[in-house]
Amino acid sequence: MSISPAQPAIEVHGLRKRYGTGDAAVDALKGVDLTVAPGEVVGLIGPSGSGKSTLLKCLGAVIEPSAGRIALSGKPVYDGGWRNRDPRALRRDSIGFVFQAPYLIPFLDVTDNVALPLMLAGRSNREARQRARELLTALQVDHRAQAAISQLSGGEQQRVAIARALANQPPIVLADEPTAPLDSERALAVVRILNEMAQHYQTAIIVVTHDEKIIPTFKRLYHIRDGQTYEETGQGATLAEPPAKDR
Amino acid sequence: MISLAGRDILHSWGKYVFTGLGLGLLIGVTLSMAGIYRGMVDDGKALLANSGADLWVVQRDTLGPYAEPSSLRDDIYRSLLGLPGVLRAANVTYLTMQIQHGSQDARVMVVGIERGGPGEPRYLIAGRQIERAHYEAVVDVNTGFKLGDRIRIRRHDYEIVGLTRRMVSASGDPMVFIPLRDAQEAQFLKDNDVIVNERARVRTNPVLNPPGLPGMAETISRSQESSRMVNAVLVQTAPGWAAEEVAATIRRWKRLQTYTVPQMEDILIAKLIATSARQIGVFLVILAVVSAAIVSFIIYTMTLGKLREIAVLKLIGARDRTIAAMILQEALGLGLIGFMVGKTVATLWAPYFPKYVLLEPGDAVRGFAAVMTLCAIASTLAIRAALRVDPAAAIGG
Ligand SMILES: Nc1ncnc2c1ncn2[C@@H]1O[C@H](COP(=O)(O)OP(=O)(O)OP(=O)(O)O)[C@@H](O)[C@H]1O
Ligand SMILES: [Mg+2]
Repeated sequence: MSISPAQPAIEVHGLRKRYGTGDAAVDALKGVDLTVAPGEVVGLIGPSGSGKSTLLKCLGAVIEPSAGRIALSGKPVYDGGWRNRDPRALRRDSIGFVFQAPYLIPFLDVTDNVALPLMLAGRSNREARQRARELLTALQVDHRAQAAISQLSGGEQQRVAIARALANQPPIVLADEPTAPLDSERALAVVRILNEMAQHYQTAIIVVTHDEKIIPTFKRLYHIRDGQTYEETGQGATLAEPPAKDR
Repeated sequence: MISLAGRDILHSWGKYVFTGLGLGLLIGVTLSMAGIYRGMVDDGKALLANSGADLWVVQRDTLGPYAEPSSLRDDIYRSLLGLPGVLRAANVTYLTMQIQHGSQDARVMVVGIERGGPGEPRYLIAGRQIERAHYEAVVDVNTGFKLGDRIRIRRHDYEIVGLTRRMVSASGDPMVFIPLRDAQEAQFLKDNDVIVNERARVRTNPVLNPPGLPGMAETISRSQESSRMVNAVLVQTAPGWAAEEVAATIRRWKRLQTYTVPQMEDILIAKLIATSARQIGVFLVILAVVSAAIVSFIIYTMTLGKLREIAVLKLIGARDRTIAAMILQEALGLGLIGFMVGKTVATLWAPYFPKYVLLEPGDAVRGFAAVMTLCAIASTLAIRAALRVDPAAAIGG
């Protein structure tokens, strides 16, 4: 196992989430435990309605959990309430998001889409664009840096979205079915990129997926069933070099 | 930080330009309406300024001569000249009528003036003042006549010897100046058939034509036929005299209504055009409401089209303030485009209005402020919708 014993990027204990109150209450999470080390990519799988999206929203500080603890890089950020910072700033500085669709901002060019989280965090335009170009280079879309979003292919857009998620060098990136609309070749390419980026930037990445094509690639998997997580060792299938056309 | 609104406007500039164009036409109409009102006020002021009078002496209990009919005997001015503080006094008549110009009909105000008296046009742009006692005219260029043209007023032709500019009645009709005697005839002299009938009536009335008094019927008829009436006497006060002081003297000793310039201005602007002004005011309010509704509808739909981007922006940590500022700036941008288009079209089409349209820079500034304020208010609906967006919507179920 590749968990670094020193300091996990994310550590979750007994996380609970209840939607609504009284008779209408739904217990979506009933005590979730989860640990991801820096540089590690783990899969999160489970049947529909099992609480995957709910867990991701709690980890992403988009909704507030009902109970439990979350720590990022060893620092508690939630224990019965958000610690110190407002969840918006927590999202901005410590969490990257990758969605099923790229959801890029259509009126900004490729560079500014990636630079935007940095600008929102108060970096100067120059500094933000500098860093954005580095990321675009790492993701091999730097040749499209000045392009409009509408001129990119689907695979290029997804790589730009990954660059945006990594912009503020967050300790964790949450990916919600990032390969759903892609064919298996492209889906594997995205997973390979996520693995490379996790290695390169020592980011912990949690990938929610239904996608049978990519499940075998995870070294470690969390199975979520009925609001609880079960850890599994995955196959950790090696990722072949991608075909040249996707580069 | 880059300007999100600016980028969005640049990205979908076609939409903004076309919407701004539509809004601009509406703003152009609004500015023109304000210009029409200003033009009416300015016409009134020009009328007073160009009349050359300090005081208007009119029939008692009337708001004459512009806002209500007024008639006075034409010898009153002589007794006014004897009063302290009166420098000059001259009779004047005003008669609004249709005249024929080529194949077209034009509405003009015929002004009967005394040579050299107050009331004579002070500046000519061509030709000379009226010098003969009859059948000469000085006209405003807006009538379309040229020097040497002939103009028919009632039963006589007049030769145009001079041209003036901006000499208009309170309702914006260009003026035609003719000698006082001719004007009195045109206004007060009865036509020949009426005169013959009246004479017969006097002759056959035993009270008016008693036997043994042969000259009486003739005298009565003459006095009935006289055209020795005018609409007002224009008075210039002597240096060192306050207009109100002289007016008070005239009111007291001659028992005639006398108005000073500020009083006359009040009659023309507050009374004569008051209904039109209110009409325009209501129209302006409607236009403002319509424009605001359009801006708010457009910004609202544009925002609805961006809800997913807004959810993503919130998810990656944009503040509510950043998002509200984006929408506000887009609304203001639309207002700015609309205002520039509106100002341009209002300026372009102003000369085609038959009456004077005065586009005051002050009104433009106020209009700009109003447009920006309306746009800001109109964007609140869209801002509220954007702030309600849940960042979780970006993640989905
Ligand atoms: N806003 C909400 N209010 C009430 N109940 C909710 C809400 N969101 C989710 N739930 C419930 O919580 C449970 C977990 O939902 P969640 O969306 O986390 O499932 P999921 O694992 O993402 O499913 P899927 O694979 O279909 O996306 C479900 O029973 C769902 O009905
Ligand atoms: Mg889900």
